Amino acid sequence: MEEEGQRAAVSWDNSTLAPVDRLRSDRAESPTPGLVEGTEPGAGQKSAMFVHAQSFEDLTGETEEEAQTDAELDKSEGESAEDLKVLVSEKAIEDQCNSISTESRSKEEDVSSEAWRSHRKHVFVLSEAGKPIYTRYGTEEALSSTMGVMMALVSFVEAEKNIIRSIHADGCKVVFLTKSPLVLVGVSRTCQSDKELLRELQYIYYQIVSLLTLTQLNHIFQHKQNYDLRRLLAGSEYLTDNLLHRLDRDPGLLLSAVTCLPLASSARDVVSSSLQAAKAKNLVFSILLAGDRLVTLVRKKEQFLHHIDLHLVFNLVGSSSSFREGEGWTPICLPKFNTAGFFHAHISYLEPASELCLILVSTDREDFFNMSDCKQRFLERLSKRSAYQALKEALKSPTYTVAQVGIPELRHFLYKSKSSGLYTSPEFPIMYQSDEEQERLMGLYQDLHSCLHHPSRPLRSFYRCSEAENLFAWVTSGFELYLCFSPLATKALAVSAVNKLLKWIRKEEDRLFILSPLTY
Amino acid sequence: MGENLPRVPGAQLHSSHSPIRTLRAKMVLLGSSGVGKSSLALRFVKDEFKSASPTVGCAYLTRVVHLSDVTLRFEIWDTAGQEKYHSITPLYYRGAHVALVVYDISKRETFARAQMWLNELQKQYIQGSTVMWLIGNKTDLNQERQVSVQEGRALASDKGLLFTETSALSGNQTTELLLALAHRVYEGVGAQQGGLSEWSVTAQAELHHRERFNPVASCCKVGP
Repeated sequence: MEEEGQRAAVSWDNSTLAPVDRLRSDRAESPTPGLVEGTEPGAGQKSAMFVHAQSFEDLTGETEEEAQTDAELDKSEGESAEDLKVLVSEKAIEDQCNSISTESRSKEEDVSSEAWRSHRKHVFVLSEAGKPIYTRYGTEEALSSTMGVMMALVSFVEAEKNIIRSIHADGCKVVFLTKSPLVLVGVSRTCQSDKELLRELQYIYYQIVSLLTLTQLNHIFQHKQNYDLRRLLAGSEYLTDNLLHRLDRDPGLLLSAVTCLPLASSARDVVSSSLQAAKAKNLVFSILLAGDRLVTLVRKKEQFLHHIDLHLVFNLVGSSSSFREGEGWTPICLPKFNTAGFFHAHISYLEPASELCLILVSTDREDFFNMSDCKQRFLERLSKRSAYQALKEALKSPTYTVAQVGIPELRHFLYKSKSSGLYTSPEFPIMYQSDEEQERLMGLYQDLHSCLHHPSRPLRSFYRCSEAENLFAWVTSGFELYLCFSPLATKALAVSAVNKLLKWIRKEEDRLFILSPLTY
Repeated sequence: MGENLPRVPGAQLHSSHSPIRTLRAKMVLLGSSGVGKSSLALRFVKDEFKSASPTVGCAYLTRVVHLSDVTLRFEIWDTAGQEKYHSITPLYYRGAHVALVVYDISKRETFARAQMWLNELQKQYIQGSTVMWLIGNKTDLNQERQVSVQEGRALASDKGLLFTETSALSGNQTTELLLALAHRVYEGVGAQQGGLSEWSVTAQAELHHRERFNPVASCCKVGP
């Protein structure tokens, strides 16, 4: 850690010493597709910021998380037990005021209408007793019998000691995910694979867990099987709605990666080290966001943040205006870190109208003033440096055009460095400006992604000509690349573009990626 | 609105007196989801109205009020009304000098909920240590009123608290309320020995800086 800090300082003091030079010594100038994980453009130099960042399969496999939940676990478990006591004692109150409506959802939609049926993707969440918890469209009340049928299907197959995974019928896929005590069902008219749909349901599951913790969920349903969970989720449905919207739009959720604000590495290093300096005993993660882009992330040694947890944080911050006025302080469960307990997040914008949002994650729920103090120290330190100006300047151009890459016929691309869990992508060109077109392009990427990650026949590369564009996807042990060309492009051009693009990314990597993540 | 709140630029202007003390007063806003707690807090702090998304967890804001012989720094904890956060709200009302229980005059069930909050609070507090105030918000929705002024007043007097109807949307009565709160808390709680703790004077300059730029952010350490 010490060493990292020093290096950051060095590159700051001698800003003429371009970080690129430093890199060239130990990195290939012209990366080939065969290059191994950890040396691809965008790979972090020290350790990755994320847990198992490379693996899309993380979402479907459930093996890893136990390892990193250490001492905190006991403590947070103690706390949540305490919370539960309060919760249980409230039961009496609950009954008095059952009339509290879950009002104010502008989802009034006739569930028997054709319009409701024709939505591209429905998502339903229900309890194992068949009680509706969430629906993307319409109201839960109106769907209680539909959800009852869903639960009947699940139980019927379960009775045979089997598990229902999906139903394919009439251009519709129905995917089931049983995550006791919840059941999630996706109904899709898109051509996404079951696995992709399951991945999306997983995200929704984690969204709910992040609000309540799994411990609390289990506790509630153990005590009262037919509990109406909407009571506890009331007022947070918009988070799930927004997450579903993001799943259709945000390449980060598809790639299991996050993207960074393009920023000169000298400036980023100063921001990171200022954040590193503003530490506190219980502080686990400091995250600086610019909108949906990561500026920097500093973590406690040995503690990793999972990209899913980070996306849940992005979703929370991006969906709520409540952090704009004042400093937010909220319990948040980071389910990939620990499903049992809450962290406590201090969330605030650096300046009133700024895009820059600082999230300080602590293990102690009484830590508000300590976190507030950390923020102040960070701001004081940062505002003395010219890097702050550079950062504000960078906010004005949070993205780049594909023209800068200089590859003819290339319209758009996604590039993910597997070892760092970061991806980069230019802004959408003019023909993909509308919402429909962006979602269509994302749909094409999702298709390619499904093919590359097919559970039984994964592909290494894939070229596809369609009416409006030609697409090329390539996955190696180091990176994943998705390219969108105009219909005039040829396969040969696409293949040669890969090398050119990788060279460009290598040249720009210290601006587009976080190469030297810090720990406290 | 601002003219009701005399903005004294600093203690040094009162050179004839001993320097004016700044006392910290912890205020907590409680009530159902969607009754306008955050909007009231925003009125207190910036005298603005914006339609807000539901509060996540809790929001912390500060507002300095200058009275003739003292400056009060309200540290406002704007809690989320959602039930899932209910178990953590005791963290915020513990030790509060001012507790505002808010309901929406156009929604009867929020009034019932307010009564529950009052019952919960009264278990915690000894009379006199906390200024408790019942607030019927959204007088701008007078046409849709479900809770009459009399009912609100009756509940308040029954429980021995003060009562005001406000509109965070129009700003009706909000400034008056804040000033009244300041007087009450200073006369009631502040007069007691150790009632209100003093706020570090050295941070005064910084406070003014913040008041100009960002009255919301704050860096306040626990203790003097």
